[in-house]
Amino acid sequence: MTGNGYFQLALYLITLIGLAWPLGLYMARVYKDEIPGFMRWLKPVENLVYRLTGVKPGDDMPWTRYAFAMLAFNLIGFLAVYLLQRFQVWLPLNPEGLGAVTPDSAFNTAVSFATNTNWQGYGGETTMAYLTQMLGLNVQNFVSAATGMAVLVALMRAFTRREAGGVGNFWVDMVRSTLYILLPLSLILSLALVSQGVVQSFSAYEKAALVQPYAQAETTVTEQVIAVGPAASQIAIKQLGTNGGGFFNVNSAHPLENPTPLSNFLELLAILLIPAALCFTFGRFVGDMRQGGAILAAMTVVFTALLAVCVWAEQSGNPLFDRLGLATGASEMQAGGNMEGKETRFGVVNSALWATATTAASNGSVNSMHDSFTPIGGMVPMWLIQLGEVIYGGVGSGLYGMIVFALIGVFIAGLMIGRTPEYLGKKIEAFEVKMAAVAILIPPLVVLVGTALAVGLDVGRAGIFNPGAHGFSEVLYALSSAGNNNGSAFGGLSANTPFYNTLLGMAMLLSRYWLMIPVLGIAGSLAAKKIVPAGSGTLPTHTPLFVLLLVVTVLLVGALTFVPALALGPVVEQLQMLGVK
Amino acid sequence: MLNELKPALLMLAVFTVITGGVYPLVVTGIAQGGFPHQANGTLIEHDGKVVGSELIGQPYTDPKYFWGRPSATGPVPYNAGASSGSNLGPLNPALEEAVKARIEALKAADPSQTAPIPVDLVTASASGLDPEISPAAAAWQAPRIARLRGLPLESVRGLVEKHTQDRQFGVLGEARVNVLQLNLALDAERQKSR
Repeated sequence: MTGNGYFQLALYLITLIGLAWPLGLYMARVYKDEIPGFMRWLKPVENLVYRLTGVKPGDDMPWTRYAFAMLAFNLIGFLAVYLLQRFQVWLPLNPEGLGAVTPDSAFNTAVSFATNTNWQGYGGETTMAYLTQMLGLNVQNFVSAATGMAVLVALMRAFTRREAGGVGNFWVDMVRSTLYILLPLSLILSLALVSQGVVQSFSAYEKAALVQPYAQAETTVTEQVIAVGPAASQIAIKQLGTNGGGFFNVNSAHPLENPTPLSNFLELLAILLIPAALCFTFGRFVGDMRQGGAILAAMTVVFTALLAVCVWAEQSGNPLFDRLGLATGASEMQAGGNMEGKETRFGVVNSALWATATTAASNGSVNSMHDSFTPIGGMVPMWLIQLGEVIYGGVGSGLYGMIVFALIGVFIAGLMIGRTPEYLGKKIEAFEVKMAAVAILIPPLVVLVGTALAVGLDVGRAGIFNPGAHGFSEVLYALSSAGNNNGSAFGGLSANTPFYNTLLGMAMLLSRYWLMIPVLGIAGSLAAKKIVPAGSGTLPTHTPLFVLLLVVTVLLVGALTFVPALALGPVVEQLQMLGVK
Repeated sequence: MLNELKPALLMLAVFTVITGGVYPLVVTGIAQGGFPHQANGTLIEHDGKVVGSELIGQPYTDPKYFWGRPSATGPVPYNAGASSGSNLGPLNPALEEAVKARIEALKAADPSQTAPIPVDLVTASASGLDPEISPAAAAWQAPRIARLRGLPLESVRGLVEKHTQDRQFGVLGEARVNVLQLNLALDAERQKSR
């Protein structure tokens, strides 16, 4: 790796934190209804939305009602996306005349976008009409992100309330997330992306005459069809909302989705921006910025360490290439390393950075093919997903997941020092710990049982593309991705089959809502409690010691659960690779 | 839950209009007004005919042209209507076979070039549409192009340099050479000399 590589990584992290800080404070004001002056012109729009929908913004919802509203909204969203796909052939804005999506694929995709997973069993440019992309997928990109943010806001609010019956109003939290945060940021980002060459048009696919006609089999290919579409508006929110569903099949590796190093840098920032910023929002909400800072520090420590491993593995490359006598060293003239499945403009450093960021967040967009990564390079994104999408994580979902880990952390510490655990002035008792355990254990259960099922059945093994241990990794990655709402893939797996569409669809549903419901339960229970002043026996939760406790809790749960499965996939493959030399 | 179904339905309707209708249309309007070239695919036109996009690579088999990254799209390489990577794992025997075949093809096109081949020239890109190769991959091919086109090596190298983009702002991404633009420039050079 060249000096420039280190510089690019450092520049990314510094810019990210630098932007997240003010954004986080802005978001805190939005959620507390202290909208800053420069955005107050949107207030009439917000009020109009409430009038049109008959929502009373002052309605304080108990956690159960909050959960029901969230579920009802997601259910309707799922149905809309499903029906749009099934009927797109008869609807307008379909210049390529793409047919109705099959029922199993439409189910999978509708679940995928409603749950903020954005797993893609289909190829965008060959499957989805412009109308489906806009009214179905793009709308869910916004509102599924806003749903995650709303659930987090309910939890943050619960820490500030004393003996309260409600946790806030789901509709208000969702509307504000979309109007004041997601929409303005998306507008700015999408225009920046267009300036770099991301397409945004409604015309039919373009045709170009090839410079050199290409002979294949009996025919000569003289023409190139170039898929276009309203992509920029969708890509902006897909990154900002940690959705990750690409407009085109190869997602952000596509030159019309991510054409330049600058577009890549901006999209990378957008992937982690809101999840990182929410840590600052949290600090402001609970009235102690150090609390958010401690959580952000824990996330950043894990991220940086795993990023280093991924970059190192991909830059070390594939010993096969060295054996064949290729030039693989990094220099100013070439990226070198493992370039299979990577784009020239991104090289190794930006591909590995993206793979780490997109799986640390529950984004799941890709700018390189994870299936072609080296065993260790590919294990990093897979394990980041398996940690539960809490290293920054999804918008909202990352931080509420991390707060759940913090509750487990103070609980473990409480056991060690023999005191009732507290977090931010709230006593953590049996109900909260039980709910936290449910939230932490459901996703791994879904991943491991699902993987066992898929590799145990012929219909599951039939989808595997690469032979040997790598084939097992493809299945494990798919279930990890669906079971933690990430959405990226080892793309060789043929997952657009009734079996995988159903299995992965169920995995996405279980892990999304069986995290959200327990979290809302915790919020309801915390809101109803008194706030006790910190005493001499209170474990401070803003110190480096707590950061360490949190990191160890996350890594320990992730390691204990997944080391056996990872041993069968990437670890075996790495050992085989050492033998290649 | 039933009480929440009505606001849920209405909320989705309202946000479908805002985020699914107004937002993409506003972006399209500004994009088509402010950046029409980029918004429509950064197409290159010659005599009113579209000959490609600056951002989308094309396949070459003729040794007179610079070759781009290998492409794994189907049924033909560089199919910009169905992007795809190879998804070959690092130990898949098919990867080794494919890379070996590409090495042989490159060596057959220029037996006199004995320097190690840059790795990006024999590994498939992620999109199958990568418009660029590394400066090292262009330099490796330059002697072949010069010989087959009867051009001085220096002028081919000059063209490569002209179509080399440094890291953006000198910092971001990697240096790279746009293959389609370079090949178009080579063809223009030939017409000039006639």
